[in-house]
Amino acid sequence: MILAWLILIPFLGGILAWLVERWGAIWTRWVSLLAVALDLGLASILWFHAAGRFSLSSSGPWLVSLDRAWIPEAGIRFHLAMDGLSLLLVLLTAFLGVLSVAASWTEIQERIGFFHFSLLWVLAGITGVFLALDLFLFYFFWELMLVPMYFLIALWGHENRLYAAVKFFLFTQLSGLLMLLAILGLYEIHGRQTGAYTFDYFRLIGTRLPPQTAMWLMLGFFIAFAVKLPAVPVHTWLPDAHTEAPTAGSVVLAGLLLKTGAYGLLRFVVPLFPGAASAFAPVAMVLAVIGIVYGALLAFAQHDLKRLVAYTSVSHMGFVLLGVFAGTEIALQGVVVQILCHGISTGALFILVGALSERVHTRDMRQMSGFWTSVPRIGGVTLLFALASMGLPGLGNFIGEFLVLLGTYRVSAPLTVIASIGLIVSTVYALVMVQRTFYGPLKERPPMADLSGREAAMMAALVAAIIWLGLYPQPVLDLAKAPLDRLQERGAEINAAPGASAAEAPLRTALPLDNHRSEVDR
Amino acid sequence: MTAAVPMENGLLLAAVLFVLGLIGVLARRDIVFVLMSIEVMLNAAGLAFIVAGARWHQPDGQVMFLFILATAAAEVSVGLAFVLELHHRFKALDVDAASEMRG
Amino acid sequence: MLSLLWLVPALPLLGFLVLTLVGFRLPRLGVAVIGVGSVALSCILAILAAASLLMAPPASHSYTQILWTWLRVGSFAPEIALTLDPLSLVMIVVVTFVAALIHLYSVEFMAGDESFRRFFAYMNLFVASMLVLVLADNLLLLYLGWEGVGLCSYLLIGFWYKDPVNVAAANKAFIVTRVGDTAMAVGIFLLFTQLGTLRIAPLMGRAAEQWPVGSGMAVAAAALLLGGAVGKSAQLPLQTWLPDAMAGPTPVSALIHAATMVTAGVYLIARTNVLFTLAPAVQLVVAVVGAATLLLAGCSALVQRDIKRVLAYSTISQIGYMFLALGVGAWSAAIFHFMTHAFFKALLFLGAGVVIEALHDEHDIYKMGGLRRQLPLTFWTFLIGSASLAALPLVTAGFYSKDLILWQAWSSSIGSAWLWAAGVLGSFLTAVYTFRVVFLTFFGDAKLQVSKKPGMAIRIPLVVLAVLSVVGGFVETPRFLGHASLFTELMRTTLPAASEAVGRAGDELTFDIIAASVMLVGIYLAYLVFLGSPRRFEDVARAPSVAALRRFWFAGWGFDWLYDRVLVQPYVWIAHRDRNDVIDQSYRGIAWLAAASWRTLSRTQTGRVRWYAAGIAAGAIIILAIVVFRT
Repeated sequence: MILAWLILIPFLGGILAWLVERWGAIWTRWVSLLAVALDLGLASILWFHAAGRFSLSSSGPWLVSLDRAWIPEAGIRFHLAMDGLSLLLVLLTAFLGVLSVAASWTEIQERIGFFHFSLLWVLAGITGVFLALDLFLFYFFWELMLVPMYFLIALWGHENRLYAAVKFFLFTQLSGLLMLLAILGLYEIHGRQTGAYTFDYFRLIGTRLPPQTAMWLMLGFFIAFAVKLPAVPVHTWLPDAHTEAPTAGSVVLAGLLLKTGAYGLLRFVVPLFPGAASAFAPVAMVLAVIGIVYGALLAFAQHDLKRLVAYTSVSHMGFVLLGVFAGTEIALQGVVVQILCHGISTGALFILVGALSERVHTRDMRQMSGFWTSVPRIGGVTLLFALASMGLPGLGNFIGEFLVLLGTYRVSAPLTVIASIGLIVSTVYALVMVQRTFYGPLKERPPMADLSGREAAMMAALVAAIIWLGLYPQPVLDLAKAPLDRLQERGAEINAAPGASAAEAPLRTALPLDNHRSEVDR
Repeated sequence: MTAAVPMENGLLLAAVLFVLGLIGVLARRDIVFVLMSIEVMLNAAGLAFIVAGARWHQPDGQVMFLFILATAAAEVSVGLAFVLELHHRFKALDVDAASEMRG
Repeated sequence: MLSLLWLVPALPLLGFLVLTLVGFRLPRLGVAVIGVGSVALSCILAILAAASLLMAPPASHSYTQILWTWLRVGSFAPEIALTLDPLSLVMIVVVTFVAALIHLYSVEFMAGDESFRRFFAYMNLFVASMLVLVLADNLLLLYLGWEGVGLCSYLLIGFWYKDPVNVAAANKAFIVTRVGDTAMAVGIFLLFTQLGTLRIAPLMGRAAEQWPVGSGMAVAAAALLLGGAVGKSAQLPLQTWLPDAMAGPTPVSALIHAATMVTAGVYLIARTNVLFTLAPAVQLVVAVVGAATLLLAGCSALVQRDIKRVLAYSTISQIGYMFLALGVGAWSAAIFHFMTHAFFKALLFLGAGVVIEALHDEHDIYKMGGLRRQLPLTFWTFLIGSASLAALPLVTAGFYSKDLILWQAWSSSIGSAWLWAAGVLGSFLTAVYTFRVVFLTFFGDAKLQVSKKPGMAIRIPLVVLAVLSVVGGFVETPRFLGHASLFTELMRTTLPAASEAVGRAGDELTFDIIAASVMLVGIYLAYLVFLGSPRRFEDVARAPSVAALRRFWFAGWGFDWLYDRVLVQPYVWIAHRDRNDVIDQSYRGIAWLAAASWRTLSRTQTGRVRWYAAGIAAGAIIILAIVVFRT
């Protein structure tokens, strides 16, 4: 049940937060904070549990699971399960959840109840996405997180918010429908083959598919995840949505929503369609490399500080796409680290930009200059995270990018070299961002307050996290190892027998159906 | 009955009446005349039914005509209500004046 | 003692953390004590560690201390581990010693600066990164230090951030070196993928086992690492950032952009000398790059007016010598020159700092003069440093190190007369530009009033470095002068000795006399032109072709202009043209299409009942027609 609680806490917390608004805004804020903090505590308990488990035995990658009937007529089950990968992402969700509630403490002054309700429901939806192992349930959560996100942008956003919200919704919704079609197609094919109509991940994973069909279904999933990621050329919703969203919205968007795309690639695209995915890999990797360089180029050109940070996401998530489709162990581990570090560093940058624009009431860098003089601490922390996002060793992003590139080199040296150019162009935008904002002469302005206690605490947590991941990422790598090994095995088996059958081989051995239940739920 | 008017002639008359009515609907701007033209069209359709019923020796044609009569009566009452409302609102009987739903 | 090795980089890092996190509570004195003390302690520890390594050398001649495993993914398991061997030993002792002196100097030099604490924090971070770089046991940790020093260089060049010029220089330095760093990163990918480890010692062993001499992999790996080295060490074609880097405070120029960081490329190549031996083509490139750079930079140094820019170009030129040495396999000669260069170049920069400070931030040597009497200590130390830089025979450290390089450029089996000639020509240029500065600054008539005399914190480093600039060379002397070879002996276990070509031996004394006389001619020429009778040469200087050449050299051979046109401007242009993202425009195109068709179709909804009726009629007719005529 602990998994269900992970989702239910923000879900119920959101409703409660809305209800207590009548007693005063401060109640709403504290209830929300409490709910996400509780979630974080729960996830941390699971983490300790996991750390102990790995040392004890290596029986299957699934730490906890929950499997109840939901709509048995259609073969839909309420099936949640957690392995190392989803645990990491749930931890990130709860961590950034706490931060995004804290970041909205003074920024949001209107419709406070509904805001926190939406925020917590987005978090609940995202947590569900990371845990669901029934494809229908997965799609349910996938859609669940969109609607409150739409409200977050459309109601509390900046000047051009409606345009951004509609754009966001259209992109994600259309691509989500493609995924729904692919899910239904898979469901139908599996049902016809075996007579058992089910949305269960573990059963569908063994479906035999002709390569052509597998490719089409894979594309359905891939497009949905590529839009979320986002990959070039379907990235254009992101800068608008990020720029217009309130700080918490940007943090959740960049830190978590994009990660659902990465997670989907790892959890669904590659395991469900390994053959099609490896056939498609060259295309995806080229797109990834284009994204890395092109995103950085666009980031460099922006005047809007928030838009700049938004475009860096395109660049960074290119590394994720590259690593997933390179598929080597090192690259996949790099992907996991990159996912976490991008969440932390970009989340931090959005919070900082939010804090800054709350003080100067503009996001236009042409009107900024020399802020180091008045707010040196904001400057210092921004510099640190700008350095993180250009991949400075010692900070987490370096580990991610380095591992991805190192793992990709074995697969394709030319693409690695081009992707490495991303390291240069990211330096350009990161330095230019700091230069235009914090350096230079300070123009006449009313004095600004440096980091407040609340902001300083948030930043301390983020800085500690990014340095920890940069100097000792081993706990993360250990957690992700089992799920990624499984992915590897699957890829290896497909590659080992490419000519043995045109259809994709079912893989009972790598994914035993029985041993993913754990004692926790009994 | 064999010496009766051939069916073709009857249908032709109905068609001519229908087209006259249609032209009236399209060409007249006064709503009263438009309504009258619609009546003509309805009756043209009714005539066609009767002719066809006579040709096949079936009562259905006449049943349909009664049905059309009833519909026409209803239509007229609604139509006249529109006329009053139109006059009340636009101080005119011009149908083109009531084009508030243009895109 | 060796087990305390980790403290050598950890102490400056601790200093940085203390200054950053709680430093705002400290008074200036406390900041100075922590800033200088951490580096000084680190220096003492480094010397102790060095002593214990030399007293009781382990069997492998190196000591490795593993702190923790950084990360482990399959077979990729780089560790945070430090290795002390003779090469890194020389590096850490020189780095910490020079750094401690420069920190001490900075206490007085930066005393009036509002960002006193920030300065020492960055400086401490730099020292820590540099020590990690030279102590790193594997290439990944080396890369961490490598980027760390790059970061500190950026932070300190842009230290006075209120002036956009300084910030632009800082950005330029970081971005240009990052180009090289990226090549190096790709080299690391290649080495790990091919050889399966990043620990330097096994890596070199495996490379020698698996790759034949001249194999493609070895060439690629060496070339990529060379890319990193030329970026960090400001060699052709990535040398353009160093002259601009003089925007930083003078102690920074002394420590980072002269004595330590810029020689990291030399260290890297020496450290991975096996790869370069396996790739003779790349090693030749190293020599040629060194020779070309030392000449180019020497010419540019001749015509600069800013005293710090002269020294910057001379640094580029001297590192060119080190590259030349590396390129001919004279590994230990390169490191020897690094050591003496660290002493005398730091000294020169510190002296220049005193001069600039004394003259109200005046950098132009043509506006200086006659400081000999007003700043006697500075004059004498600067003179010693200049003599050492120009390699005044017998009495200066620079002579012994440069002599060794020139001799081995000739005598090495992969050396050549051309490389030797370039080196000798370079030493002529060195003598001219060095004494040009000395004569213009310290001799002649006083043009500006001296406002500030150096105190003890500045005098001590100057004197100590001056002494070292003289005696630092006596550890390694030519055959005809006692043939001391302490340095080469020390390096023997780490760096292979230069192989002498058979039949090219010649007489070392003859070559030394040639080089020395060329250098003395250079000093005399500088005396004639800039002090003796400058009038006579003014006409020559004004001739159009000479003036154009001077402008060309002044602008650093037009590299900045070229890169600006070829790389920077196109990039900026494309970025700004595409600010709104052409891909997004295509989606907007779809949206516009939808809107346009909506407008068109909505025009048919006129609101006129009669039109609708006509539409219905027309539609009915068309459908009927289709039904009737289709059969």
